[in-house]
Parts: sequence; C-alpha cells; structure tokens
Amino acid sequence: MKISTDEVTKIAHLARLEIDESQKEKMADQLSHILQYIDKLKHVDVEGIKLSSGAAFMNNVLRNDELKVSPGPDVTLANAPLRDEDFYIVPRIVK
Amino acid sequence: MEFCELTIGDARKLLFDRQITSFELTSALLERIKKYDDEIGAFITVDKDLALEQAKKADQDISDDNISALTGVPIALKDLLCTKGIKTTCGSKILDNFIPQYDGTVVSKLKENGAVIIGKTNMDEFAMGSSTENSSYKITTNPWNREYVPGGSSGGSAAAVAAQFCCAALGTDTGGSIRQPASHCGVVGLKPTYGRVSRFGLVSYGSSLDQIGPITKDVRDAAILLNIISGNDKMDSTSATVDVPDFTRAFDQFEKDSLKGMTAGIPKEYMSVDGIDPEVGKVFNEAKKILEALGVKIKDISLPHTDYVVAAYYIIAPCEASSNLARFDGVKYGFRENACEDLIDMYKKTKSKGFGPEVQRRIIIGTYALSAGYYDAYYGRASQVRTLIMEDFSNAFKTCDFILSPVAPAPAFKIGENIDDPLTMYLTDIFTLSANMAGVPGISVPAGYSSKGLPIGIQMMAKRFDEMALLRAGYGFEKTIQLDKRFPDL
Repeated sequence: MKISTDEVTKIAHLARLEIDESQKEKMADQLSHILQYIDKLKHVDVEGIKLSSGAAFMNNVLRNDELKVSPGPDVTLANAPLRDEDFYIVPRIVK
Repeated sequence: MEFCELTIGDARKLLFDRQITSFELTSALLERIKKYDDEIGAFITVDKDLALEQAKKADQDISDDNISALTGVPIALKDLLCTKGIKTTCGSKILDNFIPQYDGTVVSKLKENGAVIIGKTNMDEFAMGSSTENSSYKITTNPWNREYVPGGSSGGSAAAVAAQFCCAALGTDTGGSIRQPASHCGVVGLKPTYGRVSRFGLVSYGSSLDQIGPITKDVRDAAILLNIISGNDKMDSTSATVDVPDFTRAFDQFEKDSLKGMTAGIPKEYMSVDGIDPEVGKVFNEAKKILEALGVKIKDISLPHTDYVVAAYYIIAPCEASSNLARFDGVKYGFRENACEDLIDMYKKTKSKGFGPEVQRRIIIGTYALSAGYYDAYYGRASQVRTLIMEDFSNAFKTCDFILSPVAPAPAFKIGENIDDPLTMYLTDIFTLSANMAGVPGISVPAGYSSKGLPIGIQMMAKRFDEMALLRAGYGFEKTIQLDKRFPDL
C-alpha cells in the first residue's frame, strides 16, 4: 500500500493532527513502508476465524448502583488549561 | 554491603531488624541519583523532600511495630503511573504540567505497604518505543555503557534499577516494554498475565495489551512486588477475578532438583528469525544447557503464526492508541495551544505541538487502519490473526510449562542508530510482542554479556496466570548463573 501526501493530509485531519508541509513526504514514505510490511497479513488464511479483542475475561462486570460523593469541580478541573470557575473554556463552537 | 546494592529482600531485613533506617537508605539513594543521574538520565522527576518525608514516616511506623511488606523501601515508578500530587508526564510535552488528583491502584498499593516513592522514571513518549529515545525530556543511557540505549519503553525504570538508584521499580509492558529494557540493562523484568494487575491510573496506550509489572535486581524481588500489585480491582473491569497466590512460595524449599519435571518449549519459528545476533544465540544456548542441567526437559514446539505477530501488533496497538490518545485535546488537562482559529484548529495545534513524531506516526497508522473502507482489511484481519496467535500459545502450553526464547534479537544498540527507521525498530520486538497479544505472562532474566559487556537476558513465557512457573524457573536459573549481584560501575 502506497500512501500519498494527500492521504497523509486527509488522515491527519481525521486524527485532528496537523502535519507540517515539510514533513508530509517523509511521513508518507514511512507509512507506506510500514503498511507494505503489514500487507503480509493478507497471506494468512483467516476464513471463519473469529476476531479477538484481547485476553480479558469476557464477562459482564456489574456493581451496585450506590450513591457516592463526587470529587467535585476543584479536583476534576484542577488540570484544566483554561477554566472559568466550574467550567472548561473552549474556543467558540456556535457561530 | 552498600545501601545502593540492597534488594527489596535485603532492605526489608535490615530495616525491620532496625539495623538501618529508611531515612539513611533513601538519603543514600538520593545522593547517588544526584551524583550520577545527569549522565544516566533515568528520572524525569525526583521529589527529594517528599521521598524523605515518606522515609521518616516509615521509620516511625517501624519503631511503632506497624510494619507492612515494603515499609521504608524506595521504589521508582515509570512516569505513566498516576501519582497524586506528583507530576506525571508519560514522557510527553503534552502532559508537562499534569498533576494527577489521584493515585493509580498500584501506587496506592505500594503506599499502603509502606513503600517510599523515590521518583518517576523516563520512558518513550506514551510508552511508544523500544529505546527510550522517544522521550520528550531526555535521553536515558545504558548504565553498562553510556553510548548505548537502555531499551524501552520502560528504559528509565530499568536503568534506575541497574544503576542502583532504587531497590526496585515498576514499569509497564505493552509489547515488551518491561522485558526488553530489563534484558538490555541486566536486571529482572516481569510482565504479568493480562488482568493480573489493575490498570487503573496507568495512562493507557493499548488497553488490551498494557500490563504493569516489576523491574528488580533479582527474581525474588519480582515475586515480592507481584504479591503486592496483583488482584482484582473494581476500578478496572478487565482486572481478573482470580485468586492471587503468594508468589514467594515459588522459592520455598527450593532444592537443586526443584525444576526437575518441568518442560521448556523452544519455538522452531523463533530460531529462524532473521538477524539474531550470534552473541544472543550463544547466550541463549548456554541458558538452555543450564536449564537442562537443572533437570528441565527441552522440547521443540511450534508457534505457526510467529511471522505475522509484528504486523498484527503494529495494527492493533496503533488502533488502540489512536483512540486512547484522542483525550489529549487541550480541554481537560495538559498542554493547550491557544493561538487558534476555532475548536478543530485548537485540537490540531495542541496535539501536533504536544505529541512527538513517533506518537503522531502511530496515531496516523491507527486512524488510517480504523477509517471507513480499511477497517476490515486492517483492524479486522489483525484481530483474526490475534485469535490464531492466542491459539498457537494455548496449543503450545499443552505440551510445555514455559516457552524459552531470547528477549531481543540483539543486545542494546547505539543511541541514534535506529531512530529514523521505525520499521527496523518495530522488528526488534519480535520475541516479546506475542505475550501481550496472547495475554500470557513473561519474564526476562539476566543470562550473559556481549563481547562489548552489554547484558543479554533470556525470556520465559508461561500460560495465563502461571507466573509461578516463571518465578520458579527464573529463580533456579538465576541461582545457577549468579548474575543477580552484578552491576555496572558508574
């Protein structure tokens, strides 16, 4: 699989990343190189094989629905880069 | 015996017998860190005052006879384990100012057992790397030779133990990040079974692969730490509801013939991996002979899908990473770029300035593999291959107690040697990735040295929740080869 610089731009947008123009060519080459290697998965016969998402026990984990004290905004928002009292501040969303 | 040489086992004995104080021990280690860590670069954060405060409290507890398993023992933590009130960076600029408001479960458990947290160790950013060169903060050098990498991603933890800056450390392992640096630094590293240890408060990279585990000076210490950190936790729904045995029982009444009756499998596919360094091959063959002499039966086995492990892993891990790392968007914590046009632009500028190149590369691979039209071909197929890899392991463990292999194809490489070639770096993970894919435990134990004096370890992997087999075999091996008391001169 060969990845073009346009595709890098497109995927980067989906990932909410901004790749510097000067780095796009290098990123496209490295990705192509990695994906070419990954293409070897095509040689595995996976007909009828189920998907595995890991080695966790696939049981449902339940707990009692009990009221507990929340840590509160001072703790929850302690690391907020920008806040206005109990609110996070983000750039304007509604124009 | 010097303070810095103490294992957890040694330190406990001296502390609990009141022969030394935790204040003396902690001060001596802090002094050693001050003297040598500019060159080694094992730590991102050392909070001297906090460590000494904990040591004083431990000394008080000991004099009050209020003694727990680790009272007064200095332990280092990889810097992606959340520590309440202590900066936790994950080796990334994006978390440069992040101060967790709670302790991860393993950290709480260490504290409940009286441990002194001596510092937070350097790592590849968000645990993505095999050399600790991807840290946004510093290069960590191999204590055995400063021109070489310590391995990664828990390179700071492994270097801190090898440099004798702490009695032991915790690392995390998503694809070998405990075992490989332990091998490169000549210390013991144990990745527990997936689900054995709670991941609550571990900053996630690949949630189906990540496990926290001990990096120690000897196998006994790994069992001591595993006893403390294991167990079901209601804060992590993937932590297993299985009993935790006393792992130190693995060493009870240990005799010369204690390993008799065990069978070690050697996968034939591992022996034909390209580029195994002859010195690694030599150490591995010697290790095989030592185990045979201890009565372990050696058997050829097959893990038929070995050739696909790296490819499947480097889809699954980046897919999980691209999802997990989406949270670092400049809103709730960490770095934020304020010079932006709108919300999307803020996300983009924050992440692009905050994440380093390898993290961005893996996010892009993951996003691509999960995007519409490619999901089945990449993530879907890799997850099917993962099923086949898990079946390979289940089948193998029907005929052997543990699988024996090298940890890495070569000893530590030179700093800078592979930094521009991500695929070559990924391929060096061949022997360690499978344990994470299959969820089985693995241990790395020192087994020899290259001609340049760099340590080389061997790996043993056992079936799920059978860490006991690894500890027994590892202990028998360690007692015979006796490399556990060897440390580099700084």
